[in-house]
Amino acid sequence: MSFLIGESMTGGYGSADILHDCTIGVERGEIAVVVGPNGAGKSTAMKAVFGMLNLRQGRVMMDGQDITALSPQQRVHQGMGFVPQTSNVFTGMSVQENLEMGAFIRDDDFLGTMEQVFDLFPILKQKRRQPAGELSGGQRQQVAVGRALMTQPQVLMLDEPTAGVSPIVMDELFDRIIDIAKLGIAILMVEQNAKQALNIADKGYVLVQGANRFTDTGEALLADPQVRQSFLGG
Amino acid sequence: MDLLNALVLLANFMLVPALTYGCQLALGALGVTLIYSILRFSNFAHGETMAFGTAATILLTWWLQSMGVSFGPLPTALIAMPFGALAAVLLLLASDRVVYRFHRRQRATPVLLLIASLGVMFFYNGLIRFIIGPDDRIFTDGARFIVSAREFKAMTGLSQGLAIKTTQGITVLMTVILVAALFWFLTYTRTGKSMRAYSDNRDLALLSGINPDTVVRVAWILTAILATVAGVLYGLDKSFKPFTYLQILLPIFAAAIVGGLGSPLGAVAGGFIIAFSEVAVTFAYKRVIGYIVPPEWAPDTLVQFLSTDYKFAVSFTILVIVLLIRPTGIFRGQTL
Ligand SMILES: Nc1ncnc2c1ncn2[C@@H]1O[C@H](COP(=O)(O)OP(=O)(O)OP(=O)(O)O)[C@@H](O)[C@H]1O
Ligand SMILES: [Mg+2]
Repeated sequence: MSFLIGESMTGGYGSADILHDCTIGVERGEIAVVVGPNGAGKSTAMKAVFGMLNLRQGRVMMDGQDITALSPQQRVHQGMGFVPQTSNVFTGMSVQENLEMGAFIRDDDFLGTMEQVFDLFPILKQKRRQPAGELSGGQRQQVAVGRALMTQPQVLMLDEPTAGVSPIVMDELFDRIIDIAKLGIAILMVEQNAKQALNIADKGYVLVQGANRFTDTGEALLADPQVRQSFLGG
Repeated sequence: MDLLNALVLLANFMLVPALTYGCQLALGALGVTLIYSILRFSNFAHGETMAFGTAATILLTWWLQSMGVSFGPLPTALIAMPFGALAAVLLLLASDRVVYRFHRRQRATPVLLLIASLGVMFFYNGLIRFIIGPDDRIFTDGARFIVSAREFKAMTGLSQGLAIKTTQGITVLMTVILVAALFWFLTYTRTGKSMRAYSDNRDLALLSGINPDTVVRVAWILTAILATVAGVLYGLDKSFKPFTYLQILLPIFAAAIVGGLGSPLGAVAGGFIIAFSEVAVTFAYKRVIGYIVPPEWAPDTLVQFLSTDYKFAVSFTILVIVLLIRPTGIFRGQTL
């Protein structure tokens, strides 16, 4: 069984289900990528795994433990970190304060972790006193990822970390994400840039209308003509 | 010499009172803005919170006075004030537990919470009249003046005097200390930062493991303290009458909105803007002009733009203008 897995999740925001028997998971030190058309329920699936959605069926397991009943805050304590798709930084607070808030649950000295984040994203060190709301889109995403890393999570969940950034910055962000995975952190991410993302993915999930359509290694999905045809633009 | 007299006259009847009143409004507006930025609603019970903290302080002051306790030249109420604030803290925390928490869990809209606060206001209203009655209470003691008009005249030889009441000095000093402490708390402490984070982006704060219950509790505690201090200072300076604390809600909200609801800096600036406008518009300039212009030009009328009875119209007018021109206020409110 995977290190983190949302199994046969069924549920939605109100009475109508968005997810239908959807399963996504990831191993330690690996990258799993969720792709699919807009409105497929990718973000919803991520929220479900993070406990921000009431599931009618299915369960979420982490490290062999059933965490379905835990609140998002409790999951943070369990070692999960989440970067939402939108409004994922504290815009009015400085870069450094954003990172400090990321480390809010930690009682130990987190300056070492902050240095690690600055090593990963040097631009943040330079802009540490600037309000996060005054950064460029790409820099803001780095703050968002950095904030989530401050808890030293075992799992990092990213919802479209490269949304709205240029191809060069995107490649750079992907490189950093690979670096993070190499630290032994499990990375579960949603990506709109499906080809590039599947390229670095150990595992890929194609979601359509809240259900799993294809599940395989990143490589295999990229090679699958059906997947290429319908979801990767040929 | 005449010019100096004119200036002293202005300082005595306009500058000092407006500064004092501005401090009181600023402290009041800070409480409103704090609740708005954390709980996302306009707390209409804030004026009554001030009145409650003050009433509790007054009761304790009377008791202390009856025990023969005094604070030298300072008002005895200053000793009682921390305990009055404590009573207000308990009242607000209890109200949150009984009223607001339920709606918060339901993810109620701000309007619903505002209406709930209106209900709470009526409850406080009755509670206050129950414990201290509706009458005017004067509870200041100690020395009346830091500098009296007579002393000032003797010192300077001017025909106009500048009097600074003890309560005015205390008001300004307490405000400076309290505002500085609040800003320090919000800027540098872990809890303060978590409050800013919560008001900035509630969902992300939750994802960062910030406990919303703690943030809300601290917001109520700070609000109760600010409200009590504002109320006691206002009561010492003028007098305590429950009804005036209901009326003062308008200038306080005007101050908070003019500065930008949710912005502490804005609340302070707004407090002074409202206070100075109110005093400037209702001030009778006749004698000031009399000092400056030649005697034959001296005005016969009071040269007062508005009678003091209409002073609330000033807050209201400024409020309307700001809402039309710049609804977010001077400092672009919303977050701490
Ligand atoms: N907060 C919400 N309340 C109600 N319905 C929602 C909410 N968020 C999303 N939905 C609905 O759930 C469905 C799936 O949305 P979701 O955000 O999961 O899609 P997505 O795959 O992440 O799309 P995108 O690629 O555009 O981000 C959509 O039909 C959407 O309207
Ligand atoms: Mg999405």
